[in-house]
Amino acid sequence: MNDSQHLSSQFDEDLTRLRTTVLQMGGLVETQVSSAIEAYGTGEVSSVKHIVDTDRKVNDLELAIDDDCAHLIAKRQPAASDLRLVFGISKIVTDLERAGDEAKKIAKGVRRIYEAGQMPSQYGIGVRHIAEAALGMLRQALDAFARLDTELAVKVIQADANVDTEFKSIMRQLITHMMEDPRTITTSIDIIWIARAVERIGDHAKNVAEHVVYIVEGRDIRHPAKESKA
Amino acid sequence: MQIHDNPALKAEARNLNFYYGEAKALKGINMPIYDKKVTALIGPSGCGKSTYLRSFNRMHDLYPGNRYEGEIRFFPDNTNLLSPEVDPIEVRMRVGMVFQKPNPFPKSIFENVAYGLRVRGENNKRVLDDKVESALRGAAIWEEVKDRLNELASNLSGGQQQRLCIARALATDPELLLFDEPTSALDPIATAAIEELVHELKKRVTILIVTHNMQQAARVSDYTAYMFLGEMIEFGKTDEIFIKPKDKRTEDYITGRMG
Repeated sequence: MNDSQHLSSQFDEDLTRLRTTVLQMGGLVETQVSSAIEAYGTGEVSSVKHIVDTDRKVNDLELAIDDDCAHLIAKRQPAASDLRLVFGISKIVTDLERAGDEAKKIAKGVRRIYEAGQMPSQYGIGVRHIAEAALGMLRQALDAFARLDTELAVKVIQADANVDTEFKSIMRQLITHMMEDPRTITTSIDIIWIARAVERIGDHAKNVAEHVVYIVEGRDIRHPAKESKA
Repeated sequence: MQIHDNPALKAEARNLNFYYGEAKALKGINMPIYDKKVTALIGPSGCGKSTYLRSFNRMHDLYPGNRYEGEIRFFPDNTNLLSPEVDPIEVRMRVGMVFQKPNPFPKSIFENVAYGLRVRGENNKRVLDDKVESALRGAAIWEEVKDRLNELASNLSGGQQQRLCIARALATDPELLLFDEPTSALDPIATAAIEELVHELKKRVTILIVTHNMQQAARVSDYTAYMFLGEMIEFGKTDEIFIKPKDKRTEDYITGRMG
């Protein structure tokens, strides 16, 4: 990444502000996810409303950042690392916004489970564990973006496989539960939705990390399986 | 500088040095020019890109004290354009040039385009008519001037004059066209017309263009070379140079970071 200054200090300021706003948005999404996990464990249904409210702010930031990107492209015609940064940011905010949506889904699922008088802990399922892993990935992906650190980004990308594996294992356990006792189906399905949302958060964190690699190195590392086949 | 699936070479600079008297303006340039492709030369003022461009049609021969070293090989015949045995007039028949400011001769539109052919000794009216029309069509200006071929070229607008100059350069069927900032004196509409024309022209002729407008280089060229202080810093596919240049100096220049 190029840390020399532009001839136009205004351009530097625009880019800095853009990056700061992305991190601000990332911070909000991180809070949404961690509150949702918290609510899952404790049954603090009151925080659900807060998570949903935060989602509106996240959506607004997504629109504002994309708008800033469009203006920056129109005004500055960024090239090379600047272009990759602006382009990468526009993609990162899409993934962040979706991760926020998934947090909202978790929160709503938690509310349904507790309002039905159920406790997810009764099911002894490792959702909390993968949720912490996905949250960790999201944090690291944001750190990787803040510091433009590709090593960290690569770690995030590698971590996603574990989350995917754990998700499959949770699915198997819940299917067993449902077969053993059909009364658990409603709650089991809610937990599946929650686990699925967690798994998607991991995917979005991985995407953010891939965008970071693109921004820094100009390598597009999405869809590697396709490339190796070719 | 490994580039695969490259088209045929039209020309190649090999260890090209150039001196204005004592001052060394080009330092060991090695660069391919690919056939029927557009190659853009970019770099800050004084980097040697115009000097380099002008070497291709021996413009520097007009001034004493200028000196070339190295070669510019021209293909398919593998002629060294810089060889003293090669007649500069013959070089300029094969390598046409369009300048920054339109510079039509103080003659009629027709005579401007016919000029190079007449120099070559062509006086047959029918041949001249045909070639002039074809050159004007090639330069996308025929429809605008076909009913006023005998008017003075200076009556045309700036953008039209520039296209007339392109027609004049095309009339002798050059193999390589040199453009030295061809649109810097033109408005955006005339600029777009020239860029469109460059896109059409590369079907039949190889183009080397110097431009200060980075977006223009990105739009019109297939290959881009970045020059700095008389050196070729980086040469590559335009798509790669503008997304992911290899050299930090190129990156700094195209992102506007150079002091």
